Amino acid sequence: MTFEPKIVGILCNWCSYTGADLAGTARVKYPPNVRVIRVMCSGRVDPTFVFKAFADGADGVLVAGCHPGDCHYIEGNYKALRRMKLFQKMLADYGIEPARFRLEWVSASEGERWAKIVSEMTEELRKLGPARLRQPRKNRAATSAA
Amino acid sequence: MAKLKLGSYWGAACGGCDTAILDVHEKILDLDAAADILFWPIAVDFKYKDVEAMPDGHMDVVLYHGAIRNSENEHIAHLLRKKSKVMVAFGSCAHLGGIPSLANLYDKKQIFQYVYHDSPSTVNPAGVEPQPTTKVPEGEITIPIFYDTVMPLDFVADVDYYVPGCPPTPKQIWNVVEAILTGNLPAKGSVVGASSKTQCDECHLKKNEKKITGFKRIATAQPEQETCYLEQGFLCMGPITRGGCDTRCQLSGVPCRGCYGPVDGVLDMGAKAISAIASVIEAKDEKEIEAIVAQIPDSLRTFNRFAIGASLLRRKTL
Repeated sequence: MTFEPKIVGILCNWCSYTGADLAGTARVKYPPNVRVIRVMCSGRVDPTFVFKAFADGADGVLVAGCHPGDCHYIEGNYKALRRMKLFQKMLADYGIEPARFRLEWVSASEGERWAKIVSEMTEELRKLGPARLRQPRKNRAATSAA
Repeated sequence: MAKLKLGSYWGAACGGCDTAILDVHEKILDLDAAADILFWPIAVDFKYKDVEAMPDGHMDVVLYHGAIRNSENEHIAHLLRKKSKVMVAFGSCAHLGGIPSLANLYDKKQIFQYVYHDSPSTVNPAGVEPQPTTKVPEGEITIPIFYDTVMPLDFVADVDYYVPGCPPTPKQIWNVVEAILTGNLPAKGSVVGASSKTQCDECHLKKNEKKITGFKRIATAQPEQETCYLEQGFLCMGPITRGGCDTRCQLSGVPCRGCYGPVDGVLDMGAKAISAIASVIEAKDEKEIEAIVAQIPDSLRTFNRFAIGASLLRRKTL
């Protein structure tokens, strides 16, 4: 059996999710490897989400938001950009290939672009192989004394 | 009232936690009056076989410092868990992996290569490396097996309470001892001897709106001592680090490094630190952001200095 990568997509509600929806209604064909999670803004995406996806067995993570200047909340996507630039350095320190994590801008009218990004990423990850970052679950949510 | 039966042990630790316990000064006499010490390798002469001879659950409280680095650390963690009623992960290493877990960015092979072959102070022409078992004329001798990955205590044993800090401050240690003596203990799994607020909440420095246009390093620049260090561009882990240490580092003129671990509900300290600190970088252009971010030479070891062992990915990929 050939390896099929699992990609977790975290998409902003206003542009990228609508863009991905457009790809669907326009019947654009692209690989079914991406599992989409909708958030209100790419500025909501905490690097923790990406680590959690990898630790739970994802082979790649794709964060998508509005193009710079187009954010529904004025500058949420700039926050995402700043975080992810620093975060990419940390991923590299963990020994994770850069291709496994992408931050992309997809507008509500760019269904074709969304399909192209997913196709590209799937192809790259097929070549890279499984991420093998899965960690056994462990409840570490220690709480402090009241 | 019967005296409390107390045990203490060090796994992969530096001994700083033991020293911190002694730093309660004359109160150590109160501790001695209230508790019998049944096991404490650094201070009293009991052997592993003395612990093995105890009935199960014999010790009331065991303070375990240090991370799990080899098979001996793990074996004794299991043994002490069996022989104790309350097991406390004491200090950053037992709590989150601590400084020893920075070794998770390498593996056993790389560490042995450097330590036994490449380091400038090593002379080892025969290329000898320690082996778990060695045959000698008298029979076979064994040493503990060295692990690839350093783990916090709760990865191998059930932990009742966590006392954070590198090391925990003497004041907080005494608070914990008092809580144990009076039986005034919170729910299992709680962090004790610390506050539930962040460092920033307890920090004395003046805070304004945070906008970072560049990062400086404490090694090459001197922070001004009135304003928030983060606002001045010095990386400070205050926004996500648990308080309770009386912000001793900030009062000494250096930024917080995060030894008290993250506040409640944080799954990955390094990721949360990036989330908090990167979002206040004052730049919108991709190239500009990259240039500012490049001023941080080592993001993983900076943001996750004390918590790689407990981070979501735990180690560099093998």
